[in-house]
Amino acid sequence: MALIELKSLVGGYGGVPILNGVNIAIEQSDIGVIVGPNGAGKSTTLKAIFGLLKVTSGAVVFDGADITNAQPDKLVPRGLSFVPQEKNVFTSMSVEENLEMGAFTRADDYMPTLKWVYDMFPPLLEKRHQKAGELSGGQRQMVAMGRALMSKPRLLMLDEPSAGLSPRYVIEIFEQIVKINKSGVGILMVEQNARQALAFASKGFVLAGGQNRFTGTGAELIADPEVAKSFLGG
Amino acid sequence: MSFDAVIDVKDVTKRFGGLRAVNKCSLRVERGSITGLIGPNGAGKSTLFNMVAGNIVPDSGTIYFDGQDITGLPPYQLFAKGLLRTFQIAHEFSHMTALENLMMVPSDQPGEDLVNVWFRPDFVRKAEHHVRQKALDVIDFLKLGHVKNELAGNLSGGQKKLLELGRTMMVDAKVVLLDEVAAGVNKTLLQDLAANIERMNQELGYTFFVIEHDMDLIGRLCDPVIVMAQGEVIAQGPMEEIRANPEIIEAYFGSPVEAA
Repeated sequence: MALIELKSLVGGYGGVPILNGVNIAIEQSDIGVIVGPNGAGKSTTLKAIFGLLKVTSGAVVFDGADITNAQPDKLVPRGLSFVPQEKNVFTSMSVEENLEMGAFTRADDYMPTLKWVYDMFPPLLEKRHQKAGELSGGQRQMVAMGRALMSKPRLLMLDEPSAGLSPRYVIEIFEQIVKINKSGVGILMVEQNARQALAFASKGFVLAGGQNRFTGTGAELIADPEVAKSFLGG
Repeated sequence: MSFDAVIDVKDVTKRFGGLRAVNKCSLRVERGSITGLIGPNGAGKSTLFNMVAGNIVPDSGTIYFDGQDITGLPPYQLFAKGLLRTFQIAHEFSHMTALENLMMVPSDQPGEDLVNVWFRPDFVRKAEHHVRQKALDVIDFLKLGHVKNELAGNLSGGQKKLLELGRTMMVDAKVVLLDEVAAGVNKTLLQDLAANIERMNQELGYTFFVIEHDMDLIGRLCDPVIVMAQGEVIAQGPMEEIRANPEIIEAYFGSPVEAA
């Protein structure tokens, strides 16, 4: 059974719908990557899953349960976590405080998870008492991802984790995403650099105009010249 | 080259901190054309567009409008010269009617001066009548007659965009900079909007410089299309050529992973 399944999702911010029937299904072992031209509805898809905008028809099914239009505070305890593209750290708090905020919904001992996050992102251990606002873009992204992992999610959703990062950090962040996935967390992410992200995707979804345009493994989508062409419309 | 560039951008550079958003960029918009500007995110097209519109001052380089150096001039001075922009999010006065919104556009109306209002009421009345007539003509041209007395805040997204277009017609702009005109407009109204842009171009001689994510709209309206990537112009030509250009497809789809 799929860990998460979107069935003909329609929704938007009021007014014109952005999503016009998006279908996505991934397993916990998958790295699912959503790509597509600007305005395709990629980020909107993640926000719709996370209850940040109104789904007007279709369904989001997580682990067999219908979670359509459920709010984030109900979703995090269920095992969903989301890293927004921007404003994803508390800049005036230390790295460790940021991570602790991610465990806010947990009643059990989160120290093992904290250790796990530091193992995953060694630079964060070194800078754990530094304010998150003083870190570089790449390290901030690590804080944001680490914060999202503190709730021990089964599905981690990332909105353009590589945006604004230098090429060196882009590769580092991607490597860390693969590592997180190997440790048993399903990944669903949106990326701007389609070719780079599809290169390590087990499932790729190309959206256009709020609908699925192509679906396949990352390698299949990269090999299909029609996929790249679709980024220029027509 | 003997063509008539109404906008001529020469070697323009803009840095934000260490980032060169626009790097020695040169491009021209020919008079009477609908010229498109596209590029992947982060290409620098908005920065370039904002420099032409007077919202950002370039670090170096020159921008000419109709033969005059307009580098660094603020938007209101460009407005007076006939270079206007529309906004991605329509900036209507929501508590005024569609007609009143249009009547607001021309600057220095005699009725704005109390002296005129008290001592030259006929003059004010005539001027206002003239502006009103003009606004009605624009409403007519855009076929917004049925909503002219509706508060602008109650108009649909597409109608607000039409009203934005109408604002540029109130002062007989020479060049209209269209910023993401398709954003938030449904497909039917978009066709309507596109048809109006084409009519303004063909019947009234407006030049358009269009920044847009909707490639199909660009394909329908624009020739030539200028493509930017990483702060530079990488290609220019009709949309069919652009779509077939492997370098541009690469710029959009992303480059292969490079070794760290």
